[in-house]
Amino acid sequence: MTRARASRLLLAVGGSGAAILMLLALGGLPRLGDVPHPYAERAVPAALSRHTANVISSVNFDQRAFDTMGEEFVLFAAAVAAVLLLRRFHDEEEDAHDLQYGPRDVWSAANLAGFALLAPTMMVGLYVVAHGAVSPGGGFQGGAVLATGLHLAYLAGDYVVLQRLRPVAVFDAAEAVGAAGFVLLGISALFVGDPFLTNWLPTGTLGALASAGMVELFNVAVGMEVASALVLLLAKFLEQALVVRGGGDA
Amino acid sequence: MMAEVVLAVLLAAAAGIGTSVALTRDPTRQALVLSAYGLVLGMLMVALQAPDVALAQIGIGTAVVPLLVVLTVAKVERELSEGREPGDFEEGSDKGSSL
Repeated sequence: MTRARASRLLLAVGGSGAAILMLLALGGLPRLGDVPHPYAERAVPAALSRHTANVISSVNFDQRAFDTMGEEFVLFAAAVAAVLLLRRFHDEEEDAHDLQYGPRDVWSAANLAGFALLAPTMMVGLYVVAHGAVSPGGGFQGGAVLATGLHLAYLAGDYVVLQRLRPVAVFDAAEAVGAAGFVLLGISALFVGDPFLTNWLPTGTLGALASAGMVELFNVAVGMEVASALVLLLAKFLEQALVVRGGGDA
Repeated sequence: MMAEVVLAVLLAAAAGIGTSVALTRDPTRQALVLSAYGLVLGMLMVALQAPDVALAQIGIGTAVVPLLVVLTVAKVERELSEGREPGDFEEGSDKGSSL
């Protein structure tokens, strides 16, 4: 049997197995929109007791902050790995003359849209991070909006504009600060005699911007880490696509 | 009742566009279809009352991932047009299987 046939057979066996198990599991799920839900019954009172209006943030950054720390470092490791793989090799060279490649050929409507949406999108991103404990969203979502929104500068201007707007060294540092910040915030609980990652700050008034204690600080750390990781990732891809040439003929 | 109709339409759209993502062979086109698929998934998440997940989905699935694909294709095509074979390893390079 050839390798291609063997791998197809393997895919068929694994795929149908997964499909059967999934169909069986679907029958056991609670119905859509059914109340009460056993998890919600426990998570919602726990969130409200710490004055966290956004229950999902309470689950992510208070009730199960340890899981979120793991997820944060998954993203951190992925971004670092991509940056490492896409670094410039000694036989590759920079091609400065192509720097304005791409966005100059874009329609003026897209140009204008990028220009008009840049500032509002960044504001939405900051809002979503800042209100992570209060309204839907949080550090991860806001960070994703910030990182994507920043690249509207590329659509509105060109590669040079984007480079000025996002110095890679700054985001390099910000990514590390965001990732380390989460852990340090977790460690801060030890100094007041609580376990790692405890929400030990006063929780304020339910629904106020400054409420929920540590949840908002964790959100900010994650927002920094996610935004920087995505910006770095895109920076490396853009650099490879637009600037770096050569290599690989050795 | 209205909610069920909206959900049914969005689920059908997700299934349809998801299938077309898998059936599109050209990577550049596929990136654009993937972007549309991400948008439908984002709308589905809003309909399922998960606006926060929708926000991340639209940022990552509709913008970042397709952009990474398009940038990679641009890089590969540029290297090919200059007579180089990017990622052309000595042996065992199973062409086409990576897509």
